[in-house]
Formats: sequence, structure tokens, C-alpha cells
Amino acid sequence: MKRVGEVQSSNYLLAKFQDLVDWAVNSSRANSLWPMPFGTACCAIEFMATAASRFDFARFGMERQAFSPRQADVLICAGRLPFKLAPVIRRIYDQMPQPKWVISMGACASTGGVFDNYAMVQGIDTIVPVDVYVPGCPPRPEGLLYGILLLHKKIKGESLFDAVKRREEQPLDDKGLRLPPETIDEISEPFGNSVHQFRSS
Amino acid sequence: MIPGAVREATARDGDQIVYVAPDRLLDALRWLKETPGQEFDYLVDVTAVEFRDRERPIEVVYFLRSLKRRADIRIKVELQPSDELAVDSVWSLWRGADWLEREVFDMFGITFKGHPDLRRILMWETYAEGYPLRKGFPLRGRFSRAEQVRQALNANPEAHYSLEELSIAEAGGDLPDDMRDRLRRGERGVVPEPPNP
Repeated sequence: MKRVGEVQSSNYLLAKFQDLVDWAVNSSRANSLWPMPFGTACCAIEFMATAASRFDFARFGMERQAFSPRQADVLICAGRLPFKLAPVIRRIYDQMPQPKWVISMGACASTGGVFDNYAMVQGIDTIVPVDVYVPGCPPRPEGLLYGILLLHKKIKGESLFDAVKRREEQPLDDKGLRLPPETIDEISEPFGNSVHQFRSS
Repeated sequence: MIPGAVREATARDGDQIVYVAPDRLLDALRWLKETPGQEFDYLVDVTAVEFRDRERPIEVVYFLRSLKRRADIRIKVELQPSDELAVDSVWSLWRGADWLEREVFDMFGITFKGHPDLRRILMWETYAEGYPLRKGFPLRGRFSRAEQVRQALNANPEAHYSLEELSIAEAGGDLPDDMRDRLRRGERGVVPEPPNP
């Protein structure tokens, strides 16, 4: 027996309108991420395995791989990034339309990995902002899938109406960097066995 | 062989190694390539060696192969680190020496006299930290990481490649004027042929 005006009826959906919009937008974004593969090394092989039928990230809405940055949502950097490729990946990132995300796949893309030398970028977060870091050398396809699901989770936590939850990447500063130089030096510092090697020969 | 060219000839692990005087290198290699009975017609590789002992000279090594005779020979030239690091280019004998010598120039800073297009090949052209495979080069480079990132991000990749390397003939109309001009002239001052329709 229900009285008129009682709001416990299942015929009502009560929520803030903003939350409803966020839910709709974020669900559609998260469930149709088009990846822009940037494969430079062995991680790209695992990436291809993730895309192929056994693991098949099309199950998570990544059916269409966009080999053009203009139609891509998420940049997946799979493999080490030499300094010579730094302007290339930055330009690809700049060409992608907002909203855009970046997955750094593997140890080399995330930190430089074993390539702590003169030619290698020590983590692509010195070049582009990174949303999800996938560890591994290379990560197994399950690892990359887990990273993609984490990115889904992150996207679903964003809000069109709350700037804190949705950080827009700023263009490069007048020096041509996206981070202060001290920060880049700090996150590029050697770690693990590399600390026993000195900068001077 | 050419008189006065050979300094020392040894055989190590079944490989023939011949040390040649730097100023006679081109003569010796031409003799090896063109003399009947030698016919080393294939330049496999050009590389260089710097030893940990700073007193020892830097060696430039040429790997030759005779496809007809199925024979190999290794030619070495010793350059004193105190002198100018320069040796004659063998581009006139083997066109394939072009990129091999560019790589040695890029990594060791050895100048090849007579090379048509001697510039860096692995590192970008504006790379200013030196020659990475030299013993005096620090593993992580000379500049700070921030400076390396800054220089890398400010590099303009398109400005340093020729038409042959980019294959962007059809996109010519969209390029900036200076680049179009550079591409029209070509890397070696040769006007490239228009692509076949």
C-alpha cells in the first residue's frame, strides 16, 4: 500500500543532474576508448598480443585502434623512448583532441628502465602527462588490460563540473618543457643498481 | 700490395688483419677491390675502436668481403688521439660506406675526408654533447636531464631530413617555405625526379 507522494517508489530516479551527466559522459568515454599505439620496442609485441584474439581488448571498447592521433583518445606508449623521439610523441599528444589520456606501458616508458644512458628519456612523464603506469618488462597482456581497466576507473571518477577531477594539460612553457627543470632532474635520477654508476665516466 | 702501405699483417682466430698507413688507406682499399685475385667487392662494415688505454691509438676498422672468392679481410687504420682524427672516405669505392662512415663520425667524431654528406645519423643534428662512444664520454651524457629533455623537445625533426629520407613528395605544398626550398635543392644539391604518376 503506497501513499501518493512517497518517493520510495521505483518509478523515480533521484540524483543530481550533474551526476547524471557525468555518469553518461564518463561511461561513454570509458567504454569506447580508441587507443593510439606508440610502440617502439618489445612492449609493442605484448601490446599486439593484447589486441589479438586471445586477450582482445576490443572487449573493453577498444575495437578501433586509431593510427591517427586525431581520432584517438588514449595514447599507449609501449616501449623505450629515445630523446630523438621525444618531439615526435609530444607532437602526437598535442594532435590528439581533448579529452585524452596516456598509458605508459612497461618499465622503460615509465622510468627509462635499464637504459639509464645518454640517449633515453627517463620516463615519458617528462614529456607528456601520464595517467596510468603499467609495470613490467614487458608487462603481460593481463597487466596492460588491468591498466586499461584502471584507466576506466579513473575516467569514471572525472567530472565535467569539477576542475579538480579533470586536469587539462597545459602547453609547453617558454623553455619548451612541461615540468620545471628541477622536477625533471629529480624524476630522472638513477635508482636501483644505476646509483653505483657516476655521471662522470 | 701497394708499397709502403702495409704496416703490419697478422692472422687472429683465422681472420686476416692488416694494418694500413692512414695516408695510403684509399690506395690500399682500391687495390684490394680492383685487383684480380683480390676482388674484395663488398664493404661489410666500418667501425672504430677506442681502447681504455688512452695511449693506444684509435683504430678505424674496415671489414671487407669478396663475394666471388668467399674470403674476408679486416683492414685497420690507427689514428693518434693527439692528432686530428681524420681519415679518407671510401665512399668513392663503395657507396654503402655513406651511412657507415656517418655512424662512425656520429659516435666517435672521426672525420672522413671526401665524404659527400658527413653529418650525424643516429643522434640528431643539433646534438651538442659530444661523441657518445668515446671513452671520455659520461654514460648519461654531459648535460643535466632537464637540459637534455629541453633540447630534445625543441628539436625540429622535419628540418633535418631530406626528401629521400622522408618520402613526402606529395605533401610538398603543405610544408613551410624554407623546408620546401631545402627539399627542392635536395641534400646534395641534386633536384629529385618527380614521382611517377
